[in-house]
Amino acid sequence: MRIAPIELLGFRSLLLLEHLGHAAFFGMRIVFSLLAPPLRFRRLVIDVFDAGVLSLPVVCLSGFVVGGTLSLLGYTTLVRFGAEQALGPLVGLAVIRELGPVLTALLVTGRAGSAIAAEIATMVTTEQLDGLRMMSVDPIEFVVSPKALALVLVMPLLTGLFILFSLLGGYMIAVGLLGVDGASFTTTMESAVEFSRDVAQSFTKALVFGCLAGLIATYRGYISEPTAAGVSASTTSTVVIASVAILVFDFFVNGMWGV
Amino acid sequence: MQQSRLRDLIVGVFVLFGLGAIAYLSIQVGGLYYNGPRGLHLYATFDHVGDLKPRAAVVIAGVKVGEVVSIGLDDNMRARSLLDIDPSLELDVETSAAIMTAGLLGEKFVALEPGWSDDMLSSGDEIARTESAISLEGLIGELVNNADLGED
Repeated sequence: MRIAPIELLGFRSLLLLEHLGHAAFFGMRIVFSLLAPPLRFRRLVIDVFDAGVLSLPVVCLSGFVVGGTLSLLGYTTLVRFGAEQALGPLVGLAVIRELGPVLTALLVTGRAGSAIAAEIATMVTTEQLDGLRMMSVDPIEFVVSPKALALVLVMPLLTGLFILFSLLGGYMIAVGLLGVDGASFTTTMESAVEFSRDVAQSFTKALVFGCLAGLIATYRGYISEPTAAGVSASTTSTVVIASVAILVFDFFVNGMWGV
Repeated sequence: MQQSRLRDLIVGVFVLFGLGAIAYLSIQVGGLYYNGPRGLHLYATFDHVGDLKPRAAVVIAGVKVGEVVSIGLDDNMRARSLLDIDPSLELDVETSAAIMTAGLLGEKFVALEPGWSDDMLSSGDEIARTESAISLEGLIGELVNNADLGED
């Protein structure tokens, strides 16, 4: 009787490992289907539209507001030391290295990742994927791969736009509202930001997060239970698992990049 | 079909803007254009480098002209640094190197000051005249010692 909790722990651990293994195989199947000839370019464009263009308003608005908030917060602290010139580097480094890629990934996961998971899960529930298989069309190649690839492609583009809008927001608040000198804001920021240390790291993160979100959203939709509850469960767990995975991998990329 | 072409157009514009943002961040903000090939390698040996780090800037008259590649110890237990400098610059053998700090507590960088000799430095040469980093702790220690002497 006392052994039961330990058994449960063992069962859960095995289940987790099994899912990790399945997800890895699933990711490999996606990669192979992308390398093999029938390139579903039409479907890719549609998925880039759904995941990228439709996320644009959310990402741009959030970026603008995040930059403005950083400016306001940084100013209150820095002005005590008479160091308002450091506002540019503060906003630039924070947004480029950390907030840009992470917040964009979280926003895109919430907006597009959940939609992808729900769509694939609904296709599982309504047996559309089985229908494709009956016509000997591989659902991974036809449905899953374009969606996963779209998320990977879209993530760096949206991250770039997010960062641009946060820098704009930070600049406008700093210069327009707080009276910091505009030229010193941009020049100190540009001298503080380095390509290999900051910008390259930012877009590496965006690519890693895109792969994570793409894999988790499509996998979680694909293994969904064919019920209404299954669809909702796959949507929820996509957002939860992908968000946590993004934050964990952010830590690892930071650590591997060094200071 | 009309709908689909409009969507294609929007996706194309989106991709262009995204790539534009990445290019702007890399080139203008990240300063990628400066990372072109340089190649004038000079050594400078200091008694003490403070917390000078590789990739710190090398400047002449406040203008960045290169960066520190590596810092190591030489046979006499002095710090030997390798500087990578824009090869189009003609630096003479009387050039001196000093480790300076940006602001009171800012980053360390190497400031070069050209001399007036007619002999030029070439890659692999050693900068003869160097000035070590000023350590704030050392200065404070000296100040405290002097203050004690004054009271006696």
